[in-house]
Amino acid sequence: MIHLTRRYRFSASHRLHNEALSAEENRRLYGKCDNAFGHGHNYVLDVTMAGPVEPETGMVFDLGELDRTIEREVLERFDTANLNLDDKTFRNVVPTTENLCMEIYQTLEAKLAGRERWPAARLERVRLEETNSNYFEYAGGARRS
Amino acid sequence: MIYVTRRAEFSASHYYHNPELSPEENRRIFGKCNNPHGHGHNYTLEVTVAGDVDSKTGMVLDIKDLKQLVEDEVLQSMDHRFLNKEVPVFSSTLPTTENIAVEIWKRLAQKLPNGKLHRIRLYETPDLYVDYFGEA
Repeated sequence: MIHLTRRYRFSASHRLHNEALSAEENRRLYGKCDNAFGHGHNYVLDVTMAGPVEPETGMVFDLGELDRTIEREVLERFDTANLNLDDKTFRNVVPTTENLCMEIYQTLEAKLAGRERWPAARLERVRLEETNSNYFEYAGGARRS
Repeated sequence: MIYVTRRAEFSASHYYHNPELSPEENRRIFGKCNNPHGHGHNYTLEVTVAGDVDSKTGMVLDIKDLKQLVEDEVLQSMDHRFLNKEVPVFSSTLPTTENIAVEIWKRLAQKLPNGKLHRIRLYETPDLYVDYFGEA
């Protein structure tokens, strides 16, 4: 079993605001992230695959396949998007980096599983950096409440 | 239990080609990495050792010993080498980052003076790395 991690980057804007809370509560909870016009980040996404080294290729997964999947499922969807306005999922879910990290994991899990040459390879972990000073990691398991 | 990680860098060239596959298949799977003249990377290796802090020294193991071990077992044979042609194991095993990490594990696991090898992390580029934790 080996883990392979590949790094990707995308830029997006968001606003942290929960309609179910009062204006004061939102300001108290989210501070400047509640700014009605939103604000942006350069996100750094690390995708980790786990599996045995396939003997004929010496690889745990096809990097080209991984790149194409991330491009199609994540970058085309989120890069240079306004998460609150441009993405269906985040119309009703606050686009915190926690929720974004889980959404990316749940989107990718099935898409990266069961590939012909790498049947045992699976998504191990998604790590998402919002800034240089904070990042979030999700490895599946707990459900979003 | 505490984890100690030592970083080392080496530069090497490699290419990917499996003689059991057709030239077309090799090109399809390995793409530009199939170029027989090879291409190079600056690899960054992180060796993580797990162990208990020795009460006399306050250390898991002497970091100088770990540095020397990495130098002797890894850097001397892999730094500034063409891995396919100059490191014997890679004449029959593809020198993918995965396989290099496994090979480094094999070279170090039994030779640590103290502690237990926990992880080999090998960066091929800043955007790509593999982790190997030994056979489960």
